[in-house]
Amino acid sequence: MTESPAIARFVNIGERTNVTGSARFKKLILAGDFDTAIEVARQQVENGAQIIDVNMDEALLDSEAAMATFLKRIAAEPDIARVPVMIDSSRFSVIETGLKHVAGKAIVNSISLKEGEEEFLRQARIVRRYGAAAVVMAFDEEGQADTLERRIEILSRAYRLLTENGFPGEDIIFDPNIFAVATGIPEHDRYALDFIEAVRILKEKFPLARVSGGVSNISFAFRGNNRVREAMHSVFLYHAIRAGLDMGIVNAGQLVVYDEIPEELRERVEDVILFRRPDAAERLLEIAERYRDAGGKVAEEREEAWRETPVEERIMTALVKGIDRFIVDDVAEALEKIGSPLAVIEGPLMDGMNRVGDLFGAGKMFLPQVVKAARVMKKAVAWLTPHLEAEKAANDDSGPKGRVLLATVKGDVHDIGKNIVGVVLQCNNFDVVDLGVMVPGEKILDTARAEKVDIIGLSGLITPSLDEMVSVAQAMEREGLALPLLIGGATTSKAHTALKIDPSYSGPVLHVLDAGRAAGVAQALISKEGREPLVRETREAYEALRRARAAKPKADRLIPLAAARANAVKIDWSDYAPPKPAFLGVRTLADHPLSDIVPRIDWTPFFRTWELSGNYPAILDDPRQGEAARTLFADAQAMLRRIVEEGWFTAHAVVGFWPANAEGDDVLLYADEARGEVLARLPFLRQQVAKREGRPNFCLADFVAPKASGIADYLGLFALTTGHGTAERAHAFEEAGDDYSAVLVKALADRLAEAFAERLHERVRKEFWGYAPDEALSNEDIIKERYRGIRPAPGYPACPDHSPKRTIFELLDAQTRAGMRLSDNFAMLPPASVSGIYFSHPKAQYFGVGKIGRDQLDDYARRMGLDLETAARFLRPNLADDPFDPAAGLDPAA
Amino acid sequence: MSGSATIDRQAAADRLRALASERILLLDGAMGTMIQRAGPDEADYRGKAFADWPSPLKGDNDLLSLTKPDLIAGIHDAYLAAGADIIETNTFNATRIAQADYGMEAQVGEINLAAARLARDAADRWSAKTPERPRFVAGAIGPTNRTLSVSPDVSNPAYRAIEFDELKAAYAEQARALLAGGVDFLIVETVFDTLNAKAAIVAVREIEDELGEAVPLILAGTITDLSGRNLSGHTTEAFWVSVRHAEPLAVGLNCSFGAAHLRPHVEALSRIADTLTLVYPNAGLPNDLGEYDETPEETARHLRKMAEDGLVNLVGGCCGTTPEHLKAIADAVAGLAPRAIAHLEPRLRVAGLEAFEY
Repeated sequence: MTESPAIARFVNIGERTNVTGSARFKKLILAGDFDTAIEVARQQVENGAQIIDVNMDEALLDSEAAMATFLKRIAAEPDIARVPVMIDSSRFSVIETGLKHVAGKAIVNSISLKEGEEEFLRQARIVRRYGAAAVVMAFDEEGQADTLERRIEILSRAYRLLTENGFPGEDIIFDPNIFAVATGIPEHDRYALDFIEAVRILKEKFPLARVSGGVSNISFAFRGNNRVREAMHSVFLYHAIRAGLDMGIVNAGQLVVYDEIPEELRERVEDVILFRRPDAAERLLEIAERYRDAGGKVAEEREEAWRETPVEERIMTALVKGIDRFIVDDVAEALEKIGSPLAVIEGPLMDGMNRVGDLFGAGKMFLPQVVKAARVMKKAVAWLTPHLEAEKAANDDSGPKGRVLLATVKGDVHDIGKNIVGVVLQCNNFDVVDLGVMVPGEKILDTARAEKVDIIGLSGLITPSLDEMVSVAQAMEREGLALPLLIGGATTSKAHTALKIDPSYSGPVLHVLDAGRAAGVAQALISKEGREPLVRETREAYEALRRARAAKPKADRLIPLAAARANAVKIDWSDYAPPKPAFLGVRTLADHPLSDIVPRIDWTPFFRTWELSGNYPAILDDPRQGEAARTLFADAQAMLRRIVEEGWFTAHAVVGFWPANAEGDDVLLYADEARGEVLARLPFLRQQVAKREGRPNFCLADFVAPKASGIADYLGLFALTTGHGTAERAHAFEEAGDDYSAVLVKALADRLAEAFAERLHERVRKEFWGYAPDEALSNEDIIKERYRGIRPAPGYPACPDHSPKRTIFELLDAQTRAGMRLSDNFAMLPPASVSGIYFSHPKAQYFGVGKIGRDQLDDYARRMGLDLETAARFLRPNLADDPFDPAAGLDPAA
Repeated sequence: MSGSATIDRQAAADRLRALASERILLLDGAMGTMIQRAGPDEADYRGKAFADWPSPLKGDNDLLSLTKPDLIAGIHDAYLAAGADIIETNTFNATRIAQADYGMEAQVGEINLAAARLARDAADRWSAKTPERPRFVAGAIGPTNRTLSVSPDVSNPAYRAIEFDELKAAYAEQARALLAGGVDFLIVETVFDTLNAKAAIVAVREIEDELGEAVPLILAGTITDLSGRNLSGHTTEAFWVSVRHAEPLAVGLNCSFGAAHLRPHVEALSRIADTLTLVYPNAGLPNDLGEYDETPEETARHLRKMAEDGLVNLVGGCCGTTPEHLKAIADAVAGLAPRAIAHLEPRLRVAGLEAFEY
C-alpha cells in the first residue's frame, strides 16, 4: 500500500485466532491442540498483527473454558503476550471470563444496545471495572444498523450513554458494521460506501473515539477466490483509512499492496467498493475467475524475491541473513562471473562479512546471527578451497590479514568463549590457530614461533587460570617474545590484567572484555597506524589503574581469625535434630534420562554465553536483542530435542552421605555411625572481614553440628556430569565447518549439567536426604534457591579453594562410577560437570568468603596439610596480603 | 477510640491531595525489618491467645498485631516520630492465601481489624500532637504468594495456582476488615503481577458498591528485573495503562532493587501518571548475605535527587529501611517542591506486556 501517515497509523488486528473465521483454528481448538493454536497466534504477531482478536464462539465448545485456557497459554509466550488482546464474543459471560485472564489492558469486542440501555450500561460498567476498552457495535433493540442514518444514530446514542456514565470517550471503539458487497442483491450495493461515509461522520462528531471493523466480511461473496478477496480488502482499506478508519480485523499476512493490484482488477473492485456504477458487481464477477489463484503464493514470492537479485547481492543477503541453502550455487555462479576464487572471497564474500561486521558493530546484529553468517562463509570458502589451491601457484602471498593463536590455559577446560572469539576473528579474515583446552605454556610458545603468529590470545574460566596466564606471560618475557598478548574469559578482568599480567611481560598486554571487541583489537594490533596508539593508551590506562590501586588504602578491614571464629553463626543445637539421610555411603545414578533434566534448565545464563544480556524469558521480547534471542532459542530448542531423543549425551551422577560433625572450621566425615573412624576432613574458610553488629563471620562448618554437641549430623557430597559425548559432537560440527552448532552443543551441555545439579538437589531434599518430602516449588522458585539447604561447590565464593574437589572425587569414587576426572588445577573432565557439598540445616546459606588474612592462610595450610606456597596458590584471589605474589618483585612502574 | 468505619475517606483523600500540592509527603519505612530488629521469639508470636496453636507461628509478622500489639504500635510511633505522614498497617501478608502457611485463615478478619485500629490510634495521637500535620493510615494489601499470570508448573503452562475470583474474594475479605478498622485509604503494594492488582481493584470496586462510598486506592508496582519489568512481564508503562482505570489517589513503585536502579522506571512513570506518584525503595540491593545495607544517607541521597528532578510526590522506604532512613529521607526532601502532576492527552491506550497508544 502507498505509505501515508494515515496508513502508517492504521492498526492491524489479527483475525486468525478466531474459531468463527478460521476453519483451521476451529479444528485445532476442538481437538484441544493448544500448542499448535498458540503457533497461529505467534504467526499473526510475526506477520504484523498489533492486536490479536481471540474468539471461541462455537456451539460444540465450552467457550468460557477455551477462552481461559488459550489466554493463559499466550500469557506464557512473551512474543505473543507483547501485544494487546481483543476479547471477542457475542456472549458476555465469555467476555467476562476473558477479562479475568488478561493482565494487560484488553479491548472487549463487543457490547451494544441490542438488549436495551440497562444491560448495555451494566456490561460497560463491568468492562470498565476490569480496565478494558470496548468495541461498540451499531446494533440496538431493533436490530443491526444497515443504513448510514441508523449507524450514526445508534452509535451516537451509545457514545452519549457511555460517557455520561463515566466510560471514557477514548476507550470507545465504534464498529459501524462491515457487510458483504457484490452479493447480487441491490440493497447491498451501498454497504461499503455507507460504511466509509459513517467512518467519516463518526470521526468528525466524536474525535476521541476510534473506529474499527471486521474487514474480511466485505468480500464474503467471493469465498474461495483469495486473489479477488485480497484485492477487495486492500481497496476497501485504502479508502476507509483515508476516511479515518483507525483499526481493522484483518489477516495481516495477506494484505496485498494497493499499487500492486493489476489495474483491471483494481478498477473493477473499486467500482464495487465505491458503488461507482450500477453494474459494478456484474463486471467484477466477469473477470473474477481469471484471477482465481491459490492463496498464500504471494507471500512465498515475496520471501524469495531476494533470489532474483544479482549474484553479489544474493551472497550479501545470504551472509546477513545467515541462509546457507543457496550459498554453494551462488558462489559457483560468482566464480564463473569473476574468474578468480580469491577475488570471490575478497570481493562479494568479504563485502558481505564486512557488512555483517558493520551491523554487528552498530548493534543491529547479534552474536548468534554473526556466528550463523560465519557458517555460511565457511561453507562458501570450503567449496572454493580446491579452486584456490589451483590458483595458489600463481598467486602465493595474498594470505589473510593476520594469524592469531588461541588457547585455554593449562588446567582449564572451558572453551565456549574462546571458540566464539575464534569465529569472530575468522569472520574478520584472521587466520586462527586454535590449540584447544588445557594447553601448557611451552606448547603455546613453541606453536607461536613455529606458526609465526602475530597475536597470542589466552582464555580461562576458573580462578587458577589467572595464575597460569601470569606464568605464560613470564615465560614469554623470559624467552624474549614481543607479540601482543590478549587476555579473555569469565574469570579475567582489566584489574587483574593490569596488576598481575601486564607487569610480567614487556610486550603489549590487553584485556578483551568480550568477543565483540576481539576483532577490533586484533585489527588494530596488526595495522601499522592502529597498533601504536592502542598499545600506548592501554599501557597508560593500566598504569593509572596500578597507581590508583597502590594509593588506595586496603578496602577490607580484616579482623584476626580468632575474633572471626568467636563471631561464628550461632545455631542453637540443643533443640535441633538433624535429619538422617535415607542411605549412608555412595549411590550412582548412571545414564540418567535427559528428559528428566530439561525442565530444570535456567536459560538466562545460556543467553549470557552468547553475550545477549537480559533475563529469560524477557530477553525474547527485548526490542533490541529479542529477534536474535528468539532465533537462538529456537535453534537451541531444536538441538535440545535431538540431544534428548537421539541420546547425544550421557548423564551420570554420584551422590553420597556420611555421618559428620564439625570440629572448629573443619567438617569430619566418619566411616560409620559409631563416629570413631574419620574418613576425611574437609577444612573450610571463614569470612574475616569486619562485620556490622549482629552479623556473623560465616564459615560452611557452622552449618554442621559440632562434635562437642554429641548430636548426630550428616553431610552429603555429589559429582555429576552431562559432558560425556559432548566433545565428540562438537568436534563433528567443527569438522563440518559448523562452529555455530559446535558452540551451541557445548553451551547446552553446560546448561544441562547445571539443570542436573538442580534436579539432583531436589531429589536429595525430597528423597535421598528426605528432609523436605513435600516440597512443592515452581521452577522459578528453584532457580531462585527458595528451598532449604545449600550445595556450595569448591571454587565458588563460599568455598573458594578448588582443591577439596580431590577429596570429594575420592570419597565418591567419581572416576570409576561416573567417568569423571580432575585436571592438575582441579578443573573437572569432561566439561559440563558439577560437584559440591550438601548442607541440610535450615539456616545454611550461601555467602562469599572474601579476603582472608595471613593468619588464616597459615592455619588453612596446616589443616589441609599443604606447604604454604601451594596453599597461597590455591587461595590467591582471596589473599589480602600474598606472600608469594608472582608479579611481586617486578616494578609495576617499569 | 476512633477505630470505627465512620471515617470520611473522601475528605481524607482531598486533604492528602491538598497537602501533596504543597510539599513532598512521607510514607513510612519497613515493618518487617523493625520486627526482625526486635527479634520476637516463638512465644511472642503465639502470645496467650495462640499458645496451643498446633504449628509454629514464628515469622507470621501480621499476627503480632494481635499477640504483641505494643511492638507494632511502637514501630508506628517510631515512624511517625521520624516524620511519616502516612503509615501502613502491619497487614502485608494478612490475606487468607498468605496466612494459610500458618493455618491462620480464620483469623484474617481479626488480624486486619486489630492492625487497622493500632495504626489508626497511633496516627490520631500524632495528628492531635501536631494538628498542622495530619497523619493518615493506609491499609496495606500485599500481592499474596500466588500469581494469576504465571504457571508454577513448567510442564503445564495453562496451570494456575489460583484463579481470579478466589484471589478477588481474599482481597475483599482483607479490605473489608481494614476499612472497618478505620483506615483512610487502601494501598495495594509490591504488585509483581498486574493481573493480581486488577483482581484487587475489582474487589475494592465491589466493596464500594456494598458500602455506598468511594474507597481511595493507592497502587505500587514492583520491578523484578533490571530491564524494568514485573514478574508478569509488564513494563512500567504497560502496568500503568493496565491499572489506570482504578483512578488511584497515587501510583508508584516500591521494593525492587534500591532507589538507584529504580530511577529510570520512576522517570517513566512520572511522565505518564496523571495522579500523585510515590516511591519507596528497598535499602539498596541485598548484599551477598541477603541483607540490605544501604545507609540512611545513601537512600536519602537517591530520593532527594528524584525529588529535585520533580519526579515524586510521596516517598518512603521498603525492605531494610528504618526510622533512621525515614528521618534522613524527610530531611533530604524538606523544602523541595512536589512533582507537578502530568497531564495525559485522552487517547486510546492499550497494553500487552508493552503499552501502545492509538
